[in-house]
Amino acid sequence: MTPEELEQIAETERTAQGQFTQKVNVCVAAGCLSCQSQAVKDSLDQEVAKRGKKEHCQVKGVGCMGLCSEGPLVSTSSGVLYKKVEAGDSAAIMDSLDGKPVEKLVCRTDVPFFQRQQKIVLENSGNIDPDRIEDYVASNGYAALIKALTEMSPREVVDEVTKSGLRGRGGAGYPTGLKWSTVAKSVGTQKYVICNADEGDPGAFMDRSVLESDPHRVLEGMLIAGYAVGASEAYIYVRAEYPLAIKRLRNAIRQAERVGLLGANICGTRFSFRIDVRLGAGAFVCGEETALIASVEGKRGTPRPRPPYPAMEGLFGQPTLINNVETFANIAPIIRNGGAWYAAIGTEKSKGTKVFALAGRVENTGLVEVPMGISLREMVFEIGGGIPEGRKFKAVQTGGPSGGCLPTECLDMPVDYESLAKAGSIMGSGGMIVMDESSCMVDVAKYFMDFCMTESCGKCIPCRVGTYQMHRILTAIGNMTATPEDLKVLEQLCDLLKHTSLCGLGQSAPNPVVSTLKSFGEEYRAHIEDHKCPAGVCGVEQPVGETV
Amino acid sequence: MASYVAKPTPPNQDKRWKLVDATIRRQGQQARGLIETLHTVQEAFGYLDEQALRYVAMSLRVPLSRAYGVATFYHFFTLKPAGEHTCVICMGTACYIKGAPQLLDAVQKDLGIRPGETTADKKVSLLTARCLGSCGLAPAVVYDQEVAGKVSTLAVREHLKKWTVA
Repeated sequence: MTPEELEQIAETERTAQGQFTQKVNVCVAAGCLSCQSQAVKDSLDQEVAKRGKKEHCQVKGVGCMGLCSEGPLVSTSSGVLYKKVEAGDSAAIMDSLDGKPVEKLVCRTDVPFFQRQQKIVLENSGNIDPDRIEDYVASNGYAALIKALTEMSPREVVDEVTKSGLRGRGGAGYPTGLKWSTVAKSVGTQKYVICNADEGDPGAFMDRSVLESDPHRVLEGMLIAGYAVGASEAYIYVRAEYPLAIKRLRNAIRQAERVGLLGANICGTRFSFRIDVRLGAGAFVCGEETALIASVEGKRGTPRPRPPYPAMEGLFGQPTLINNVETFANIAPIIRNGGAWYAAIGTEKSKGTKVFALAGRVENTGLVEVPMGISLREMVFEIGGGIPEGRKFKAVQTGGPSGGCLPTECLDMPVDYESLAKAGSIMGSGGMIVMDESSCMVDVAKYFMDFCMTESCGKCIPCRVGTYQMHRILTAIGNMTATPEDLKVLEQLCDLLKHTSLCGLGQSAPNPVVSTLKSFGEEYRAHIEDHKCPAGVCGVEQPVGETV
Repeated sequence: MASYVAKPTPPNQDKRWKLVDATIRRQGQQARGLIETLHTVQEAFGYLDEQALRYVAMSLRVPLSRAYGVATFYHFFTLKPAGEHTCVICMGTACYIKGAPQLLDAVQKDLGIRPGETTADKKVSLLTARCLGSCGLAPAVVYDQEVAGKVSTLAVREHLKKWTVA
């Protein structure tokens, strides 16, 4: 594969696509697929064939268009977006291509949900066919890789990423450029790149969407990373619970190997790179980098103390670069447009955009990509469209089981790494769950503690025993049997876990409790002193301590 | 020089062991392939029994304790065969605040089993998931690999009735 050959592929694909005067895109990402979007696509295909328009009209399965709650979504070349489309609507949609849109299915795109977004990671989602490398190449795909390989030295690539100010999108926000330069400087016979796609946070589905909608973008990011740090082997660690993402990823790897973008001597250079998929097996702790490495090595996913950091001693004892899916997905645009371009987006310390999975009690649930620094109020009330059924907003939960619940007072806070941490939550991987007054905060804290308790790997005692004890107290509070002393012990345990646990899971497990205690302390007191649950969620009949 | 250890022969004539052997070969008969191999076994047989664990451990030259440790550490692996149908209820945060606990309650009462168990007639297995990633469709339930969104208590009861009666 030479740069000229790649350009040839892009040219051929663009010409082929240019022949179609009409285009209909059907979302075939997991969200819409479970609303039968495959049947919609099949029926549109049949309708096109029936009308003998196969030469002019293209029906394409594409990735996520964002508004998952209104699926299946269909977009047309005339710029109309249709929602809740059924197989029976295909004739009406075909009719509408030359004339007026189908009124009853139209989804308005002039609303904040679409207008406030700025797409970098998701630029191709909803536009290209995730199963065809040609489509990706035609929309500037792999151009960044060619640029890096032919015009830049590895050092320059690292510098460009550093200049962009990109920070790890997995949650902790470690500067990506710094991580890359550490691995690049480390000495080892063989270096590895690992893509962390073990998206374990309940309520987060950004990585799944990116892998399902635009898998080549992630591969390209990994290839550039491999070139920059001097690695020749890479693994993508994906949750086994995402069968569609795994299928598309494997397909993408095969295609890239076939055209010579993966393998030996890529683009006629000395750079060789191999990517392999590793399946997770359902362990939340494997999102922690040292546990993930253990799992890739075929062992139980338990973390180990750091240092040595994986950048020095990682997979099979060799220097290893681990980044999240979304981090890798940002790399190609940064190399293409330059680090300065990326650094101009976002806030002073948090650059670029962030993809959020908006879910829970909001009108518009789905995937959104917004510039850093947007306020929570804009997220919930403008993009999210507010709370349904005229209920009152109560809290927004970010960061999954490691994050916290942010109350009304925090709504005007900008969304960036520092502000969220200051408010007692974390950016996390991007799950954002909105709760209204029907949710009880003690119950929510108990839910997350149950999660951490079950997911604790059991290696260190503060986490293994502490989460159990905290869950026991929270259950007692929910059952109205707790005493004020219990609350004190709970607070002590929060402190203990935070400071003495081995890995991020235990250290951040108290976050949901700390943040709800801080903002919704009166709810805890109502349970303990008045034996009442203000939201009417907690009852007395729940079993104590027993979980699944 | 490492001494040559003959690869053990599969426990029986079942053709599915060929798939397992292929994975073992691809992993170079090395310990690092343990999770990948267990995935293949579970995909082929539906669950991991003692015989399979012994065979995999021997083939990859790891102690049986380690194979068993890995198989029990990860939630995805199961040591018991599943029922004819499986019903997975998502307990992710979005589903949880939109009523997944009520769904689970209803199903537990109807079937008389707890999550992770199978009904006595081996018809239905009930499972819970951490998060399916279909949060836009909360609460979500998976009936035999098929994801259903915005499920009501009534809908899940109706669906289960079809399985248990038939």
